[in-house]
Amino acid sequence: MKVIISGFGGQGVLSLGKFISYSAIEQDFNTSWLPSYGPEMRGGTSNVSVIFDKNEIAAPVIDHPDILIAMNDPSLAKFEDTVKPGGYIITNSNIVKLPVTRKDVTVYEVPVDDLAEKINKRGGNIIMLGMLLPIFKEISEESAINAIKHVFEAKPKVIEPNIQCLKEGIAYMQNLMK
Amino acid sequence: MKKLWKGNEAIAEAAIAGGCRYFFGYPITPQNEIPEYMSWRLAEEGGAFIQAESEVSAINMVYGAAGAGARAMTSSSSPGISLKQEGISYLAGAEVPCVIVNMMRGGPGLGGIQPAQGDYFQAVKGGGHGDYHCIVYAPGNIQEFVDVMYDAFDVADKYRNPVMLIGDGMIGQMMEAVEIPEYKDLNKLPPKPWASQGHNGGVQRLINSIKIDPNDLEDHNHRLFKKYAEIEANEVKYEEYLTEDAEIVFVAYGSVARICKAAINELREEGIKVGMLRPITIYPFPKKPLAALAEKANVKKFLTVELSMGQMVEDVRLSVNGKKPVDFYGRCGGVVMMPADLVKYVKEGK
Repeated sequence: MKVIISGFGGQGVLSLGKFISYSAIEQDFNTSWLPSYGPEMRGGTSNVSVIFDKNEIAAPVIDHPDILIAMNDPSLAKFEDTVKPGGYIITNSNIVKLPVTRKDVTVYEVPVDDLAEKINKRGGNIIMLGMLLPIFKEISEESAINAIKHVFEAKPKVIEPNIQCLKEGIAYMQNLMK
Repeated sequence: MKKLWKGNEAIAEAAIAGGCRYFFGYPITPQNEIPEYMSWRLAEEGGAFIQAESEVSAINMVYGAAGAGARAMTSSSSPGISLKQEGISYLAGAEVPCVIVNMMRGGPGLGGIQPAQGDYFQAVKGGGHGDYHCIVYAPGNIQEFVDVMYDAFDVADKYRNPVMLIGDGMIGQMMEAVEIPEYKDLNKLPPKPWASQGHNGGVQRLINSIKIDPNDLEDHNHRLFKKYAEIEANEVKYEEYLTEDAEIVFVAYGSVARICKAAINELREEGIKVGMLRPITIYPFPKKPLAALAEKANVKKFLTVELSMGQMVEDVRLSVNGKKPVDFYGRCGGVVMMPADLVKYVKEGK
């Protein structure tokens, strides 16, 4: 599974990628997490390429992602054309105003910030993580919860609200996929 | 147990596992996580970290610590490695073992900070002045970087020679699940009877690289080259991938080899017979296995792929020695090719 996540710095783009990688190694997947670094990040978009696979991961770079998560307009503009036909584009519709023009992919436009506001203002990326699980199929809720516990080991207070965000994301996507 | 590690941090921890206790460096992107990690981690191990006032100073601190017998290292990225070259030549001349990491970025000059492989010539053809070689590894993923780093001090000590590891921003910045090997017991390392350990009543010795008498210096050079011949005989490391029946053999190192591997897998699915020879050591260079492939009837040509304008391709051509054509595909300046670019290149060239 190849995922590109892209957005402004501060939207939790890189850490969403980390959560996916941590969840994947819980289930003995190989995983790679390749961030953009340097000038691209300053004021522009920040993105990360995440791959998990039971087989060896050859290239950590992704030319055609199975899933694109676009958290802002420049991200959608940059990566929309690269998504594999039959793949997925998920946008944060609170921020993304550009329409998705691709017809050969499944598109979900989700008001992630509104959803997060109700539970944990800073948990938008964990809601996205939850929304990815029904698409991934192979990564369990339990693995994602373990990943959250691991990453927030030093901040136990935020674990529970983030698990709530995860569950919200899963339920939201299951509803969309019905 | 495998854990998720950022490349630069895994390399730093592997160095400590391999016995490194002294790190001297100066910040530069994209390798800053190495000194940052060492700055707190070495203190826990009873070692020392110094952020020097410059790269020149840092490499000379390595010279001093390693000369006293310690396992010492430095790391930098391209422009910083250029600044260290005088010291590296001294270390090679004085036969002081140490480890140097170069996480390459685009050049020349201050260049950029994105992944590149433009320092191949610098790493394997000298870099500093005089006739010498560093033993140079170019690992292909984070786990291999960890494994090579883990043993790098042993190799350096064995030959009393600087060892260099080269990677790029991609390897340094990415994360993968890796396993750090068991920590080496520093009390069980072989003694260093040549080291300068005169403090506290030890034996005083002088380590330097000056030999004013031309005959002495010529003898010294001959002795160094006997050592390099031994290194060339014993230390060549490489990996062959699907070369058995390959008509086109890719030659690539480091993260580029991974992009080639993805392209090879795609091309194979379409029935195109491609394979790869991936040098793990670039000095000593895997000349013999390349020469052997060049003799094989199924091999029609070689394709060297680099993040440079073409540097390693010269060593590939020397090894192949005109027996088969050697083609080159390169991107530079921090632009990284995609597997699809290589697939297209191969298909159009057929």
